[in-house]
Amino acid sequence: MDKLIMYLQHPLVLRALIVGVLIAFCSSLLGVTLVLKRFSFIGDGLSHVAFGGIAIASVCNLSNRMLIVLPVTVISAILLLRTGKSAKIKGDAAIAMISVAALAFGYLLMNLTSSSSNLSGDVCSTLFGSTSILTLTRWEVILCAVLSAATLLIFLLFYHKFFAVTFDEDFAKASGIKADRYNLLIAVIIAVIIVLAMNLVGSLLISALVIFPALSAMRLFRTFRSVTICSAVLSVTGALSGILLSILAGTPVGSTIVAVDAVLFGICFLAGKIRGIN
Amino acid sequence: MPLIRVSDLSLGYDSQIILKGLNFVVNAGDYLCIVGENGSGKSTLMKTLLHLTPPLGGKIEFSDGLSENEIGYLPQQTLVQRDFPASVKEIVLSGCQGKCGLRPFYNKAEKELAKKNMERMEIADLSNRCYRELSGGQQQRVLLARALCAAEKVLLLDEPVSGLDPVVTEKMYSLIKRLNEEQVTIIMISHDIAAAVRYATHILHIGDSIFFGTGEEYLKSKEGSLFLKKADEEEKKNG
Ligand SMILES: Nc1ncnc2c1ncn2[C@@H]1O[C@H](COP(=O)(O)OP(=O)(O)OP(=O)(O)O)[C@@H](O)[C@H]1O
Ligand SMILES: [Mg+2]
Repeated sequence: MDKLIMYLQHPLVLRALIVGVLIAFCSSLLGVTLVLKRFSFIGDGLSHVAFGGIAIASVCNLSNRMLIVLPVTVISAILLLRTGKSAKIKGDAAIAMISVAALAFGYLLMNLTSSSSNLSGDVCSTLFGSTSILTLTRWEVILCAVLSAATLLIFLLFYHKFFAVTFDEDFAKASGIKADRYNLLIAVIIAVIIVLAMNLVGSLLISALVIFPALSAMRLFRTFRSVTICSAVLSVTGALSGILLSILAGTPVGSTIVAVDAVLFGICFLAGKIRGIN
Repeated sequence: MPLIRVSDLSLGYDSQIILKGLNFVVNAGDYLCIVGENGSGKSTLMKTLLHLTPPLGGKIEFSDGLSENEIGYLPQQTLVQRDFPASVKEIVLSGCQGKCGLRPFYNKAEKELAKKNMERMEIADLSNRCYRELSGGQQQRVLLARALCAAEKVLLLDEPVSGLDPVVTEKMYSLIKRLNEEQVTIIMISHDIAAAVRYATHILHIGDSIFFGTGEEYLKSKEGSLFLKKADEEEKKNG
């Protein structure tokens, strides 16, 4: 306990906690939509693209990797959504192709150009998240806060639209909602969230961060609003306890958070069974 | 000028034509039933009327009084809806979205409208229940209330009674009939020819040959008698 309090007084740890909570909060908001729209695979594909983006950024020796990763991921999100809708190209196949290619090229680039002596360490930390959350710069914390605030604002403003488009796209279109526009907006937000979440859990575990809280909440609640709120609470709880646990136990941050999320899912699953919902 | 006039319409997907040479008119207060075999393009016709799929030829004209989002729609059920966590109230209210524009919240009038339509469909007591836990008949009534929130003048219903038992089906039909008597124009897809003839003022049969006319004319036409005979045989085969 003393150890914990000592750590909490450290500004870096505090920073990590703030960022972690913000990211977890945002990523859970659209989780429900993502799961229900069967968009979860897009999230997975995008995370690999983001990995490729990081590779490019590190080749270019950019001090701020977000500047490359963010636009690359957002553009890919838009492209993936487009191909996913066209009947001619199989959406799944396109996503698999892009994401695996991004992964391969990313690793290749890192391998060819890396001057770092610890290449596999670098790659590993990009994939699984690292202690990097403890070494965030001020700038990154601010960017993270701004993006989170923007995500929350957009989500609140368009909450009912997102609900309508997620529940029944055809009906939404028929009643005059520009569903394509909102799908695009959802894709862009997902991309932003993925880039944010990459700092927290690394690119391989992002889907877990986005999807676990939503799935857990769906075990317990039955209205869209309560599921959304519950998944936000669960996600923040998971992130907080995950980060604290990892500090105390010295485990990697990302996988600890996801492990906590998985345990929470198990609990919710059982609780749902007991309450007889599913 | 009729409410909707369809002339020489062709429909299909990605320039592959499913159906062509479609002509019919819908007047205010009509009750039109669309019948035809599975895969003949009934749902596609409805989506084309709603501008969800572009027509591949011909024209759809709406009368001046009818703007695009004065049409309510009850889709054939999709899979996604089945495990969707949403309360009845949330779903019915979402029918008002078209009226909201960019306003992020529902106003009082819209909440009232949703409440009124839930009462009309006799689901007011279910308003906080979860949609996926309702029976098929209750779910259909929820979707109907949502469609009514979106539009008062015209309702497009895609198989509103599929999967319902005879009692609930009858109830659904009488609800729809009542709406029609309240001057709501109904366009409904159905496989139930007997009911179609009983309730509808007009029938549109699509398939290899196309028929459009009143219910009585339909029974006398060759499409009608053929289709009825087929349905009879089916029934005998199934016991
Ligand atoms: N999104 C789509 N893209 C391409 N073809 C489609 C699409 N949806 C339906 N079709 C095809 O169009 C034809 C007509 O389909 P439609 O759904 O309109 O039939 P239906 O008359 O409503 O049948 P049912 O009675 O089973 O509902 C079918 O052959 C179907 O395979
Ligand atoms: Mg159909």
